[in-house]
Amino acid sequence: MRTSFSKLFDEIGTVDQVGIEERVAKFTTRSIKKNSKLWGLKTAVSMVDLTTLEGKDTPGKVASLCQKARRPSFDPSVPPVAAVCIYPFLVKYAARWLADTPIKVASVATSFPSGQSPLALRLEEVRTAVSDGADEIDMVINRGLFLAGEFNAVQEEISAVVEACGDAQLKVILEVSELDTYDNIRAASFLAMQVIRQGDFIKTSTGKTSGSATLANTQVMIEAIRDFYLATGIAIGMKPAGGIRTAKQALHYLVAVKETLGDAWLNSSRYRFGASSLLNDLLRQIEKEKTGAYQAPYYFTEAAESY
Amino acid sequence: MARIPVTKTPKVYVGGQFIRSESGRVFPVREAGSRKREAGLLGNIPQCTRKDLRNAVEAAAKAGPDWAQRTPYNRGQILYRLGEMLESRSAEMADALVISGASTKTAAAKEVATSVDRLIYYAGWSDKYEQVLGNTNPVAGPFFNFTVAEPMGIVGIIADDAFPLLGLLSQIAPVIIAGNTCVCLASQEFPYPAIVLGELLAVSDLPGGVVNILTGFRKELVPTFATHTHIRGVNAVVNQEEKKQLQLGAAESIKRVRARKRDDGLDWTDAKSQSVYDIRDFIEFKTTWHPIGA
Repeated sequence: MRTSFSKLFDEIGTVDQVGIEERVAKFTTRSIKKNSKLWGLKTAVSMVDLTTLEGKDTPGKVASLCQKARRPSFDPSVPPVAAVCIYPFLVKYAARWLADTPIKVASVATSFPSGQSPLALRLEEVRTAVSDGADEIDMVINRGLFLAGEFNAVQEEISAVVEACGDAQLKVILEVSELDTYDNIRAASFLAMQVIRQGDFIKTSTGKTSGSATLANTQVMIEAIRDFYLATGIAIGMKPAGGIRTAKQALHYLVAVKETLGDAWLNSSRYRFGASSLLNDLLRQIEKEKTGAYQAPYYFTEAAESY
Repeated sequence: MARIPVTKTPKVYVGGQFIRSESGRVFPVREAGSRKREAGLLGNIPQCTRKDLRNAVEAAAKAGPDWAQRTPYNRGQILYRLGEMLESRSAEMADALVISGASTKTAAAKEVATSVDRLIYYAGWSDKYEQVLGNTNPVAGPFFNFTVAEPMGIVGIIADDAFPLLGLLSQIAPVIIAGNTCVCLASQEFPYPAIVLGELLAVSDLPGGVVNILTGFRKELVPTFATHTHIRGVNAVVNQEEKKQLQLGAAESIKRVRARKRDDGLDWTDAKSQSVYDIRDFIEFKTTWHPIGA
């Protein structure tokens, strides 16, 4: 008897591990300087989902985060970020603070980060977040179901969340560190893409497990997006999250997108960075490009280091 | 069969590791007296860039908080241990000074011995400078008012060509004993002794990243020392033009500059080149009040 996995892989193909890792190693060797670097840094700022997902988050912290999202820098040429990403309880505050801006309110839902509570509760969480004003919902898939080979169940859950979202955009978190292999990541990407809508996203990680986004697992996902787009014409967005802390890393990710998916994906409607400290480093490098002087991290808000 | 000698690749000591310049560039240093000939190549020394300097500053920033939080007593012990290490390797170090042409045999032995003494001198100051430089200030009220010394953070050091070992150590020791970390540019003309010093630091108890030593050209690196805003102070031996460059950059990035004149032919063996005031140059004073009896 063939397993559900081998059936799926017959359909979508498997991943060449050595090839992928060889390919992404090349992305880090591009020389990006001066104006193109500045363009890349500012584009990355416009793609940031400025995130705070901590038990100690308060409405006040969200307020200051929204302020930073609207105007990350004194320099008016630095664009606002794409979205603010928070827990559902705080959505109503963020929606108020971002009401007159193009910045989206994104909320994690479906019992983030495990996704292991009853489906009815998870759907209710999504509906509440949307009615509180969330423009985007970041859901987690049930990895247990996926690893057990229950693909139909995984897809039905995602479909149910799509329906609960209504007009809100959906981002499906695969939590790649718990999927173990590149083949599984590709498989989960396809399962999600087959049921979500044009303009929805797939996302690497919750940022709450030990592993998170890497160039390699992101590459597996954007190649899946490419193959899916070529086969169906439906364009799905990509959001790597967790572990992207430096501007240099962000530029590497942009190189990967540019060389795999092309310019159509180089904007915030199809590509996002889920990050909390990345924005500070982007601002720091933009300042360095402008002044020519290396900057200390403590000149930028909410920097952890002070030495 | 004749044995092929194994030669050493000189590398710089940054963040507790031995690295080459990110640029891959090197410049040749020849043995004393063989400057013009192909023979007598002492080594290809890394020609570090401003990016190497930036990376060294990141390493110094990482090492900083732990180093600053250690007890002064512990910092003193570590510096003393470094003195012990230098003493036991004094022959190798003197050799490095002679072979690179920085010094004669007698002078080299004296330079190394004085270097050890200098480390011991500053190790002794570790838990005493605060008493001398800090204060309990007189107030008219029911509270104390203290002035205490705190480290500044990352200090840039630009070394002299005269006394490439003793000069460098005399600049490093007072800076790190107070809890600062440092990024150094070794003597441009005689970088080899600083390479050997790096190998020595690696076997001392000094945590990686507290002292980072780069080699390279002053004209490439002094401007970055001047403008990098994460470097809080610069302890430099510089000529008039470099001093101006440092001061202009420091005004922009708000840092402290202690400049000694390079052209004067500084005698670092002089007892006057060690003092508690060299420690004072790179500390911040914090004045704070505290209620009596609480």
